Amino acid sequence: MTAAGPVIPNFGGASSCVLRNGLFCLGWVRQHWSDTLAPALVQHLELTVIAVGLGFAIALAGGLAAHRYRRAEQPFSVVSALLYTIPSLALFQLLVPFTGISLTTIEIALVAYTLVILFPTIVVALRSAPPEVLEAARGMGLTPRQILVRIELPLAVPAIVGGLRIAVVSTISTGTIAAFLMPEGLGHPIIFALSEPHPFKTEIYAAGALAIGLALVCDATLVVARALLAPWSRRGA
Amino acid sequence: MSGAAEIVFERVTKRYAGRAGAALTDLSLTIPAGSFCVLVGPSGGGKTTALKLVNRLVAFDEGEIRIDGRSVTDLPAVELRRGIGYVIQQAGLFPHLTVGDNIATVPRLLSWPKGRTRARVAELLELVGLEAGDGQRYPAQLSGGQRQRVGLARALAADPPLLLMDEPFGALDPITRIRLQDELARLHREVAKTVIFVTHDIDEAIKMGDRIAILRQGGVLAQYDTPDAILARPADDFVAQFVGEDRALRRLGLIRLGDIELAPPPEEVDGGLHASREMSVRNAVSLMLGAGVESLVVSGEDGVPAGVLTLSHATELLRE
Repeated sequence: MTAAGPVIPNFGGASSCVLRNGLFCLGWVRQHWSDTLAPALVQHLELTVIAVGLGFAIALAGGLAAHRYRRAEQPFSVVSALLYTIPSLALFQLLVPFTGISLTTIEIALVAYTLVILFPTIVVALRSAPPEVLEAARGMGLTPRQILVRIELPLAVPAIVGGLRIAVVSTISTGTIAAFLMPEGLGHPIIFALSEPHPFKTEIYAAGALAIGLALVCDATLVVARALLAPWSRRGA
Repeated sequence: MSGAAEIVFERVTKRYAGRAGAALTDLSLTIPAGSFCVLVGPSGGGKTTALKLVNRLVAFDEGEIRIDGRSVTDLPAVELRRGIGYVIQQAGLFPHLTVGDNIATVPRLLSWPKGRTRARVAELLELVGLEAGDGQRYPAQLSGGQRQRVGLARALAADPPLLLMDEPFGALDPITRIRLQDELARLHREVAKTVIFVTHDIDEAIKMGDRIAILRQGGVLAQYDTPDAILARPADDFVAQFVGEDRALRRLGLIRLGDIELAPPPEEVDGGLHASREMSVRNAVSLMLGAGVESLVVSGEDGVPAGVLTLSHATELLRE
């Protein structure tokens, strides 16, 4: 009953709370924190970090390309929007023949969903430098590359971090569906509990609460990161 | 770099694609080294275009512009611009950099040693009337006037022989504008650089310029001369209208009482009007007209009467 991995609630030797499937059995949470909830939380964080990290890298590359060559913007927008319209479960089905039942399949789907948020955010953010600032930069003899690296990118940081916050929170939420494919992430305890004849409420609520908590902590981390990366944006006017 | 440069426009023409008519037509202009040349005229007169041709923010179609004898097309645009100060209306400070880092932009592009850049930033903060501590602040924390001071300091950072200013005070309130105009005039006397200054405000042009180029629609040069000559002898109706019907008074506004030869003061001075040598003849005439008298005593530095100005003397001045 204490084997590694997801554990079926042992009704035999369980507390009365578990036996009557109470609203929230703290004892069960304590008991299964290290074998069920904590691993799921860590997996979920990994799923999210990889998805948003890869999505950010792709969106940044695409955003820089669209910033440099305006023509690149539309195809990228259309593709990322189309990907977003595909229901996630259907996307898994589409991918399984190619990438199998694997983390790769899950990450491809999650990355695809971050693009629709991150790509337009980055494109708009890179264009947000005021025209007089760009004119002054050109007039002082900065090269186009120096203008990008020293002016446009730093000025885009607050808006890009704003996009990352949305992408992270939505990925944490969407990430629960990964469990339909593999026993990964905080979706797994939820789906597992739901699959019981009498869904075990505590497990569902605990995993749900952890997903919400993770989202809040990640969001707060990004708010702090923005303040550190762009100290100028919170001071003065 | 440093010192001042002579700027020559030679038969420069500029047309913008898709726009009827030229923005600048056959402009020839010689701006002597160290002078303060104001380009003024109504919108559509091509004055900003003329300015941006010098640092090649706009490419010209025909003609040539030379800085100290060298065509602006001799150098790569980026290199050319690093040797020319550029100040624009909204200052265009980099919002994510501190005042000090803004000012250090061009020295860093030119790879100055750190110590030299730091010393130069400190020197410039003082030169444009900012506190040493302002160097750590961000542009958003400054007033409009302070931002424009930083813009000026940033343009002067690498000690360029030429300063281009595109309506630098256009967005400021009148009091701040006048203060900055006065300080720029002082600064120009101190640093002795060639300045090309664009404005649509003829008052500003007369006040600031030692030479004024008036451009009309289509970028045609209507007149290029000293403020006094333009006010005394407008080249045509357009210029006459542009400088205003009070141009005689404006001319008197250019002359200070201390600059002219006055009639000897009377033996005994009692009552009557007094004025300091710093006052303009225009204001002195206004005082006389207001008081209904025909003469005014000008006091010297120690308050002792130095001479007398009469209304007829003022009229004489306009004949010159």
